[in-house]
Amino acid sequence: MSASTTQAVRTGRATRFVIYTVLVVFCLFYLTPLYVMAVNSLKPLDEIRGGGMLNLPLDATLAPWRSAWSEAQIGVQASGLKPYFLNSIYMVVPAVLLSTLLGALNGYVLSKYRFRGDKIIFGLMLFSCFIPFQIVLIPMAKILGILGLSGSTAGLVLVHLVYGIGFSTLFFKNYYEAFPTELIKAAQLDGASFFRIFQRILLPSSGPIIVVCVIWQFTNIWNDFLFGASFADFDSQPITVALNNLVSSSTGVKEYNVHFAGAILAALPTLVVYVVAGKYFVRGLMAGSVKG
Amino acid sequence: MTSAAWWRDTLPRLVLSPSFVLVLIFVYGFMAYSGWLSMTDSKMLPSNGFVGWENYERLFRLRHWNTAINNLAIFGTLYIGICTLLGLVLAIFLDQKIRGEGLIRPLMLYPMALSFIVTGTAWKWFLDPGIGIEQIVQSWGFTEFEFRWIKDRDMAIYTVVIAAVWQSSGFVMAMFLAGLRGIDGEILKAAQIDGASNIKLYRRVVIPMLRPIFLSAFVVLAHMAIKSYDLVIALTNGGPGRATELPATFMYSYTFTRNQMGVGAASAVIMLMTIAAVIVPYLYSELRSKPGERG
Amino acid sequence: MLKKLALATAIAASMGANAADQVEVLHWWTSGGEAAALNVLKDDLGGNGVTWQDMPVAGGGGEGAMTVLRARVTANNAPTAAQMLGFDIQDWGAQGAAADLNDVAAAEGWDAVVPAALQRFSKYDGKWIAAPVNVHSTNWVWANKAIFDELGLGMPLNFDQLVDALDAIQAAGYTALAHGGQAWQDATLFDSVVLATGGVDFYRKAMIDLDEAALGSDTMKMAFDRMAKLRSYVDDNFSGRDWNLASSMVINKEAGMQIMGDWAKGEFLNAGQTPGEEFLCFRFPGTAGAVTFNSDQFVMFAVGDDRQSAQGQMAKAVLSPSFQSAFNVVKGSVPARTDVSDADFDACGKKGMRDLADANMNGSLLGSMAHGHAAPAAVKNAVYDVVTAHFNGEFSSDDAVAELVAAVADAQ
Repeated sequence: MSASTTQAVRTGRATRFVIYTVLVVFCLFYLTPLYVMAVNSLKPLDEIRGGGMLNLPLDATLAPWRSAWSEAQIGVQASGLKPYFLNSIYMVVPAVLLSTLLGALNGYVLSKYRFRGDKIIFGLMLFSCFIPFQIVLIPMAKILGILGLSGSTAGLVLVHLVYGIGFSTLFFKNYYEAFPTELIKAAQLDGASFFRIFQRILLPSSGPIIVVCVIWQFTNIWNDFLFGASFADFDSQPITVALNNLVSSSTGVKEYNVHFAGAILAALPTLVVYVVAGKYFVRGLMAGSVKG
Repeated sequence: MTSAAWWRDTLPRLVLSPSFVLVLIFVYGFMAYSGWLSMTDSKMLPSNGFVGWENYERLFRLRHWNTAINNLAIFGTLYIGICTLLGLVLAIFLDQKIRGEGLIRPLMLYPMALSFIVTGTAWKWFLDPGIGIEQIVQSWGFTEFEFRWIKDRDMAIYTVVIAAVWQSSGFVMAMFLAGLRGIDGEILKAAQIDGASNIKLYRRVVIPMLRPIFLSAFVVLAHMAIKSYDLVIALTNGGPGRATELPATFMYSYTFTRNQMGVGAASAVIMLMTIAAVIVPYLYSELRSKPGERG
Repeated sequence: MLKKLALATAIAASMGANAADQVEVLHWWTSGGEAAALNVLKDDLGGNGVTWQDMPVAGGGGEGAMTVLRARVTANNAPTAAQMLGFDIQDWGAQGAAADLNDVAAAEGWDAVVPAALQRFSKYDGKWIAAPVNVHSTNWVWANKAIFDELGLGMPLNFDQLVDALDAIQAAGYTALAHGGQAWQDATLFDSVVLATGGVDFYRKAMIDLDEAALGSDTMKMAFDRMAKLRSYVDDNFSGRDWNLASSMVINKEAGMQIMGDWAKGEFLNAGQTPGEEFLCFRFPGTAGAVTFNSDQFVMFAVGDDRQSAQGQMAKAVLSPSFQSAFNVVKGSVPARTDVSDADFDACGKKGMRDLADANMNGSLLGSMAHGHAAPAAVKNAVYDVVTAHFNGEFSSDDAVAELVAAVADAQ
């Protein structure tokens, strides 16, 4: 499977014109909200009140960005989003690594070993992707309380790990499905152990799907608000909760420029991941994960 | 059986078991728990007073719930339909050796990376007739131009569709693009030598080959449609009136803000059954196929 | 797994270190002036060696915070104190999760200085469980003085005069009534209209006692007719608008008036306006003498013995006259005790404090339905459904009355 274009189709000048026009129009469609956020985050509040949300700032200022990052009032602390950024990192990194590792192991077992009920187990794991998160709040809180993990980063990692298993298993299972089983069989005959096969044969060729899985999990966990708000403590609240606190206060002046700056800051890691790894993302999807 | 052979057989299951146990407890255990709650008189916190089907009866008496179900039907159909179509068309276009593909792709993908806490305000502004698209187009001289769907009880749900399509169609595009790149160029060349036109080529040869991707896209989109919550809250908060309520927002508000946890749980059960009705047939057809046949 | 355990123990250890002098506070005052005002309390406690652990969750007038609270209590990890409104306090009292503040209350003499209408919420089963922070009143009108002067309008005293004023403003080309179409804002309007239409006793019967006859009465139908009348003065673009944007319409002389609680004052002050100079504040016509209120309170949760002293100190500090004055000057509300000096308050604030004291004396201090102080959450939201549907033109007034009776009955 190479990344070359289909190539077979020859297109005329007029067709190409239509294609480029459509693509440009849709790029504008996708870009507009980000553009609105970016330009307005650079305007003083008075200028925003004056309307013209698409206009470039007349009097550009970085003050809203500074404020959102380190000065804005988030609760009683005038700390900006900065401290919460780290909280999110502490939560996201272990959760993504663990759920990717578990997904890889599960995918390996479910695609290369047959035993009674393996398909039902996979089906159950897959269907778990569809559980609406609102219904798990209360029972989850109870269990975290019993485990002594409530209000801790460890608890949040556990929650995200549990609800990430479905997708990560799906990704790896479909990917490994395409991997020649004969190679595994041969290695087994040579006496290679379960983990050795995983480590030496499967993992080295799992690059693309690891990228897909990491991107997917990273995005979902970083952007989660419901679990972060419900299961975090004063010292472990993730950045989405802080952003929400910044943006949706009940009373008082709405500083839209600061809100937008904060919104972009909070989204920066996921944006960077998408832009940097986007190429590999398509490649990873192509390499098997979307195969039905 | 030697102990080594036993170990070789058991180890894979052992590796799988922690995940399986977690899923069993935290997903299926909790689903069962919701089922139980829906039969109780739970209000602010769970309680164990059994009331039978009362919550379901109450649920189906609520106009509000009917609105939510109707909206899900409209929203789900349009959202899945438009995302799939748009994703396919954009992927086909992008597959024509486009200059700047490396730039266009992340542009279309990035909305997926943002949560609606972030983009909700921008969308709200954009759709607001006072400052958004209507005002902008009017200021270009088209004073007759009107776009006030978000303020209109009957049209507001379509603005939710627009924002949702914006968020996920790029992702669907990436899936289709991946599929297109996976197709063997020789097959296409052969078809073209047979004299098939471009449109025919795609309709007859390429699109049928993308069938598994249609299915995957459908599952991903269906799950997002049913879970849509942030989107509605950020954009319309269920308004105007209660016109854009969806089952997910309904469930949250009954469980957590209206202190009618029993009714909320009943709606969750209905929601789960809806999801199951859509997903289980798909899973079944998928899992029935023998290993090696897939792809 | 090991790492996770290590992390968990580390966190547990850090929390155990000096838990005695800490209060963890769940609230939704997350930004701008109100968060800064809360800082006064934090510093106050800090001076007494009590550390403030901040647990803010904004959104939807505390909806987010209440969800979080449920998770926290279920996990046996309740915060020391949580901001709360009205009937929610009683619900938590009924769960048996709240602390007993009677000792502090007795030492500080709360029974004598806190209005009875507030005590009805702060006490459960004869026990003080919450410390009220403020009293907001919701039957206010905020008006642009320049427009009023330009059109020679006086302060309207009854609904007909209000309609005349609105007509005049509309005729002059302004938006007559600035309003945001969100369920709670529609309901805030409804509070005032019901009170003005039926008077204090009717309001109490319909909205607080939920008397079926009152809910289904012709007076109620008239209230809905008046809601429809008010709707006709609102611009077409109102749906989903935040209340503060409606306020800025009045500030910017685009609209004549806004019907909103006293928190709106902050918007005017922040825009550099002064009451009586650039803007006017008066009671909703026909409701003078009565006050519909809502009150933010800090509910104290049962905590271990080691944390009780810090909790008690916090409760005491919340109701101290100095904090009550400092906080409410910023917030736009009035103190929750009637013996605080009004020296630091502006004209609207002074009037608010006088009105509160009078209403308290006359028995016309009424819980606001829109803000959860007239009926429990289920009923409140059922009323929202009907009011907002009617305001958006889904129901005629007759249908709305019938729906209201049915919805309220169904929600109880």
